[in-house]
Amino acid sequence: MKLTQGLRMAWHSVYSQRMRTALTVLGMMIGIASVTIMVAIGNGTAEQVKSQMQGLGTNLLTVNVVGRGATTSISLEDAEALVDIEGVSASAPVITGNVTAKYKAATYSTSIAASTPSYAKVREYEVAQGRFIKEIDGAFAQKVAVIGSEVAEELELSDPVGEKLTLGGIPYTIVGVLAEKGSSSGGSNDNLVVVPIQTARVVLQTNAIRTLYVQAAGEQQVDSVQSALEFNLQRFFRNDENSYSVFNQADLLETVTAVSTSMSTMLTYVAGISLLVGGIGIMNMMLVSVTERTREIGIRKSLGAKRRDIMLQFLVEAALIGGLGGIAGAAAGAGGAGYAGKLMDSPASASTDIMLLAVAFSMGVGVLFGFLPARRASKLNPVDALRH
Amino acid sequence: MMSAPGSSLIRLEQLCKSYTMGGQSFLALDHITLDVREGDFMAVVGPSGSGKSTLMNVLGCLDQPSSGTYYLDGVEVERLSDNKLATIRNQKIGFIFQQYHLLPKLRVIDNVELPLIYRGMSRRERRERTIEALQKVGLGDKLHHLPSQLSGGQQQRVAIARALAGQPPLLLADEPTGALDSRTSREVMALLQELGGEGNTIVLITHDPAVAAQARRVVRISDGRLTEEKGAVS
Repeated sequence: MKLTQGLRMAWHSVYSQRMRTALTVLGMMIGIASVTIMVAIGNGTAEQVKSQMQGLGTNLLTVNVVGRGATTSISLEDAEALVDIEGVSASAPVITGNVTAKYKAATYSTSIAASTPSYAKVREYEVAQGRFIKEIDGAFAQKVAVIGSEVAEELELSDPVGEKLTLGGIPYTIVGVLAEKGSSSGGSNDNLVVVPIQTARVVLQTNAIRTLYVQAAGEQQVDSVQSALEFNLQRFFRNDENSYSVFNQADLLETVTAVSTSMSTMLTYVAGISLLVGGIGIMNMMLVSVTERTREIGIRKSLGAKRRDIMLQFLVEAALIGGLGGIAGAAAGAGGAGYAGKLMDSPASASTDIMLLAVAFSMGVGVLFGFLPARRASKLNPVDALRH
Repeated sequence: MMSAPGSSLIRLEQLCKSYTMGGQSFLALDHITLDVREGDFMAVVGPSGSGKSTLMNVLGCLDQPSSGTYYLDGVEVERLSDNKLATIRNQKIGFIFQQYHLLPKLRVIDNVELPLIYRGMSRRERRERTIEALQKVGLGDKLHHLPSQLSGGQQQRVAIARALAGQPPLLLADEPTGALDSRTSREVMALLQELGGEGNTIVLITHDPAVAAQARRVVRISDGRLTEEKGAVS
């Protein structure tokens, strides 16, 4: 007997037991759908974490100065001395604040980062138009600004380079626009204005550096740079460890990734159990079917059906039920993953690969759980089966 | 494979079949020796419990004898494996059962086609043979009916068409008129006689002496032993 023949027979039988088939398929569908959704959410979270990691900059350490009393901040020279460490590829001291940017009639409230030319490198900003701030801008305390794409958009600047805007009432010349970078955990990366750190006193009325970005040359150097940095800071703040903190963003993201991975692994196990239950449903239906069709099996055997013909007939039937459940489950899973993605604001979506895998897998479950009933059918004695 | 006309199609030698029931074994078939030649139309007659169903199962390769030998169309079948027996049933035997044993969810044409599917025949050849067999039994116009839409006599004719479709050397009929009224019984018997007249080898198993009388040769079975009654070949 050929496989196509078996498929026709199986379809016939499955179709004539629509209600029973539908319920068994439903069981399978729930299993497959939950697996699909869990895998999609897991992938989505991993994707999200990865993009945030890229949004913050790679191999990045952030020093926050929070000290009270005599030393509440560090100067530009101090900052340079602190990061004189082997393995540091770039560092950027930053004075941050909020400011109202104004261009012609449009105003927009944005954050300002007064920093050095290295800022673009450590935060991984690209310049879309014009240029970034340069050493010479700082040396002469030039009032020049590089604006984020969102700021350009909000101020309705179509050709910003060379235009003048005011920051807190002080006129600045726009020398460049940053390329769009999207959002990360800290909010939008495109809503900011970068000015030379030497001009911070003018707009922000301070030159106290409280943030220092330090980029290690490579992943392996991050830890050694961190400990050297902490050593320098400890000396600088005279053992007052509460005055500063060093924040390793890769560490945090690693923790977040680990948590989300173990969560989704656990949920996938739970979903796997529902798939097992679906498989048991198939086995149950097939066992009932074999008992009901004992006489049919006897007739088929008397007409010359071999064991493997009967086996094939029932296995194809089980695989068909599994496959139908898989298709329905993959479809429901894709819908559910999209909805869950919206709900959790993560890019969770079921890929075609996962869906195809789900269908193939559920057919496999069908075959696996159909094996025992099929074997039982194939081993029936024709004389007894006919008498049934 | 075809043997010369008149040669033995079935040869049983000292064939026994024993069953164990309640710790006691008894012989359902007691040292049966039988020769059926090609073209014979033979009836096996006996009351219920005489062993005729057991004989039918053994002859039909549905069951295996406990001892003795059984040659069917030149092949010694009593020690063959399950799969080989399935092939023998498929190619050498056409069954006609008392309860017709049609598959209720399949159309007439699909029912008749079944043995040919298990033979691995191409779709076109199957169609041809199936339609030919159904025309032979006078049901060429009922191809797409379901068995439940037919009368008992018609259903039995479908079963006969199914037995004929594979053109097996042996037709084995187990009480073919047992579930039919007397008028349709006569029709079915007329069809069997016609088939017998065309040179088909038919073994008919029945409890009804009137049905048995229509065969050219009759053997009686009682308590598992065979005795010739009519038309024995010496």
